[in-house]
Amino acid sequence: MLNNGNGGAVLEARGVSFRYGHDLVLDDVSFSVGRGEFAALSGPNGSGKSTLLRVLLGLLAPDDGRVELFGVAPSKLRERWRVGYVPQRLRIAPDLPATVEEVVTSGRLAKQGWWRRSRAVDRAAVDHAIDSVQLTDLRRHKLTELSGGQQQRTLIAKALASEPELLVLDEPIAGVDVDAQRLFRDSLVHLRNEHGAAVLLVSHELGAVADDLDHMIVLKRRVLFDGSPAELAATGVSLGVHHDDLPLWLEELR
Amino acid sequence: MGGLPGMPWDVPWPFDRTYMQLALLAAIVVGATAPLIGVFIVQKGMSLVGDGLGHVAVAGIGAALLFGTSPTWTAMAFAIVAALVIEWLRARGSATGDLALALVFYGGIAAGVVLASRSGTNTNLQPYLFGSILTATADDVWTVLALGTVIVVTIAFIGRALLAVVLDEDAARVSGIPAGALNTVLAVLTAVTVVAAMRIVGVLLVAALMVLPVATSRLLARSFRGTLFGAVAVGVVSAVLGLVAARQWALAAGGAIVLVAAALFAIAAVASGVRRAGAHAGSLLSGPH
Repeated sequence: MLNNGNGGAVLEARGVSFRYGHDLVLDDVSFSVGRGEFAALSGPNGSGKSTLLRVLLGLLAPDDGRVELFGVAPSKLRERWRVGYVPQRLRIAPDLPATVEEVVTSGRLAKQGWWRRSRAVDRAAVDHAIDSVQLTDLRRHKLTELSGGQQQRTLIAKALASEPELLVLDEPIAGVDVDAQRLFRDSLVHLRNEHGAAVLLVSHELGAVADDLDHMIVLKRRVLFDGSPAELAATGVSLGVHHDDLPLWLEELR
Repeated sequence: MGGLPGMPWDVPWPFDRTYMQLALLAAIVVGATAPLIGVFIVQKGMSLVGDGLGHVAVAGIGAALLFGTSPTWTAMAFAIVAALVIEWLRARGSATGDLALALVFYGGIAAGVVLASRSGTNTNLQPYLFGSILTATADDVWTVLALGTVIVVTIAFIGRALLAVVLDEDAARVSGIPAGALNTVLAVLTAVTVVAAMRIVGVLLVAALMVLPVATSRLLARSFRGTLFGAVAVGVVSAVLGLVAARQWALAAGGAIVLVAAALFAIAAVASGVRRAGAHAGSLLSGPH
């Protein structure tokens, strides 16, 4: 399943470097994510994960190197719906009066065209996205009335509504309870198995999905590891063993 | 008795006079459009931007008095430029929102007073500072109607995308929504709203009409769509009731409209508190699940 060449890559970074002022935050970062792959990008706090995520999505331009989404630079990608992005829950305005359905519907705009009214096919896609994260009963509830895990699943449904071929998630498990993590994991597995989409999870908490991953990238300013979880285990470190102390283990990496 | 030309029926008190009918039309348009824009700027955490732009509009009025140009369109030009500068500062993150607003606030009002004093007609600022809806002419009202139509049509076109932007600007950019352009359009519409409301409630009170109905509606609505339509309804009711009160008790109409909006907020806050307390009591009575 691993794909380090660019033939089937939905996302590819080659020699990416980025500086904030004089601080080198990313140093010659290269890796790729293949079609239908379930990948995780992990690393300790301050490792450059968030910066790399913004570079990969085209929100920041790298100082050196290049990024390609579906074979083109992020700024040149016209079919933006092919990339779904799930931000950290805490970045959403805490007093937003929108319902689950309104939030998820806004995620469909990438596919339907932001200036167009919803058609039956758009409404069906929104219904399916809400159903796939098991929030149908809460669709008319305000986002602010939901638990942390339910809010997180709402944001996943928002990203799913455009039927993406690559879903990128930023620290999605932080502060979410165990039951919610199981539902979250089921949603991602459904996306990969039913829709053949690739998933890139950016997090230092991988417990809920450790057994489902195809590909693991460890970042600490540069790429320290790029391979399968089995290859990671061969180095003496297993995600299964490090379910709970992965962040601590990552801190020790050199 | 008097009425708008061509009106086929007599309009009852308090709108039996032409000036009241013109005022009613203008008040309904401003009462609807100010909260329509307000819903989005409140969600962006820029509730006071209307106040800042109002201050800049004063500079535009001062310049118009000095140079003999149209107060409305000169104020519009000043407010739009200021709105674009504020949005530029916000997008760059190079100045905190309140500092950028403070610069615009005080620079604008100071320039307005200085320019007006140079024109030798300082007292002419009064109708623009506090509103003068009862002296609005048919031309004034047509201008307000035209500006209001522009605002409503634009929001009908970009409202869904604007919701995506206020939800999460980065996510909107990733999904191909032109967040920068939409923020710029919203900034320009905010400036247009301020100028449209200038003759109705005055530039010093315009921000209240953009924010108070939204605050009221957010207490009661169950969705963003509900908040939007609720805020428009509260804005229109505030404008009409304020106008009636102004006629009945010879009050300043702008202030009366804003006081009605504030009273509606107080009533909604009490109703919301009662509803929450009732829901809490209900959950206690029904026991643990």
